[in-house]
Amino acid sequence: MSRLLNRHSTRTPTPESSTPTQPALMDTNQSPRNASDRRGTEIELIGVSKTFGQTTVLHKLDLRVSAGEFVAVVGRSGCGKSTLLRIVAGLERPSGGRLLVDGEPLDGLNRQARMMFQDARLLPWRRVGENVAVGQGGRVDEAVRVALERVNLGTRAPDWPAVLSGGQRQRVALARALVGNPPLLLLDEPLGALDALTRMEMQTLIHDLWWGTARTAILVTHDIEEAALLADRVLFIDEGRIQAEFAVDTPRPRDRTTADFQSLVRRVLNRVLLRD
Amino acid sequence: MTTDARKTRRVAEWLVSQGGRLVPWLVPVLVLVVWQVAVSLGWLSSRFLPAPLSVLAAARRLAVSGELFHSIGISSARAFGGLAIGGSIGFVLGLVNGLWTPAARLLDSSVQMLRNIPHLALIPLVILWFGIEEQAKLFLVALGVFFPIYLNTFHGVRTVDRGLIEMARLHGMSYPRLLKEVLLPGALPSILVGLRFALGTMWLTLIVAETLAAKGGIGYMAMNAREFMQTDVVLLAIIIYALLGKGADLLVVVLERWLLSWHPAYQLRKSVAA
Repeated sequence: MSRLLNRHSTRTPTPESSTPTQPALMDTNQSPRNASDRRGTEIELIGVSKTFGQTTVLHKLDLRVSAGEFVAVVGRSGCGKSTLLRIVAGLERPSGGRLLVDGEPLDGLNRQARMMFQDARLLPWRRVGENVAVGQGGRVDEAVRVALERVNLGTRAPDWPAVLSGGQRQRVALARALVGNPPLLLLDEPLGALDALTRMEMQTLIHDLWWGTARTAILVTHDIEEAALLADRVLFIDEGRIQAEFAVDTPRPRDRTTADFQSLVRRVLNRVLLRD
Repeated sequence: MTTDARKTRRVAEWLVSQGGRLVPWLVPVLVLVVWQVAVSLGWLSSRFLPAPLSVLAAARRLAVSGELFHSIGISSARAFGGLAIGGSIGFVLGLVNGLWTPAARLLDSSVQMLRNIPHLALIPLVILWFGIEEQAKLFLVALGVFFPIYLNTFHGVRTVDRGLIEMARLHGMSYPRLLKEVLLPGALPSILVGLRFALGTMWLTLIVAETLAAKGGIGYMAMNAREFMQTDVVLLAIIIYALLGKGADLLVVVLERWLLSWHPAYQLRKSVAA
């Protein structure tokens, strides 16, 4: 099951990469997706390295994420997984190697990407609705209302972020990330600061919203269960290298109580805990 | 009997709770009363310190003649004119230095050096340059308010949460919008603190400048009164300076309430009411 580096996803290939046509806004009906539905970005990292001064954070990393695929990256703190995500977002430049977005080398910020961070990063001086609108160029319109409703905060648009709980703020951040229908969703430990119950609710929410829209998603987390619950593929990064890769074949939506799921989580965990 | 006792107790509680509000005013009122009595009984020469009631009478006299409001108008125009000039220069320079590191490297240490010169020490030079005309007073006030506004704008822009800037850029915000939506609102609490400091400097500078030489304004009124030994008018001028200072400060407080209504510190009342 666990395959090593340089093997691509076994999922059905997706010939057409992201198309600019943006169908209905965040239609998150649970219907299974078909090939024509794919409108995510295709990401390819070829021998990407990143060094900060003397420290090498990423060692010649190769990774291909197909359009519409959900990839989770797990690893210990400081293994380079967040740096990987920041490179894909265009917030950091690779020191070596190449990053292709839909086959084109990335120059500057990745305009296709929307990112969720561990902290919600809401503008405290803008109301909830206006914060969501930041995701689509500042227009407060029907799309904002729909996005807030999708994250069950339909009535909170006129509130200040300061009066929301941590989980609610993160849901606003999710609505902001999704409102413009971005073809690429980057999640940098978005649930790391939340309590266990809120986490589980948010995981379901992220899964459903992603599943409905077929965008590409990369999730960085240290929660293996979360990775297995959401992703098509789980990568384990350690010391700046992809050390192992696990395909998650369990049908969606996944049930974390099944034996299959538990055994997968255990397998990843064993690999993560066992350094070689 | 019990209801009576309860009623009395309730009245007593009410008195105590209302009295609590008056406690801060006890000492000032007592001082005023003792002062008035001391002058009335001749313990204190009214040449040395006029009684509160005579100050009040002087205020009424000057208000009726129109001189009071004329003087207040002249002084306020000087103060706010200087604030507008010095404040906008400080704001723009703070903004530029805060946003653009090369500018900060070039200019900030020079500004910091100048900041250490007490601006009132320049008065002899300023009189040589501008004489005792309006420009001298405007220049001094502008110079005085420049530094607090510059410093706090610079600091405010520099300390805007980097995470928010990163988020905004990643959401495709253009630079003008980033400035309007993230940098300026983020720096605003600090800028308003700078404005409050600047108002303090503004009045202080104005008082000194007007006392040295002026052809109108509160300071002129006070110096004129000194010549004729009108201690009541001198005292009135001092009180008016205090009121103007307090008034300007209140203005900023209102401004803060309005501009920072998003801030948790200003949402207390609203959430209690909700």
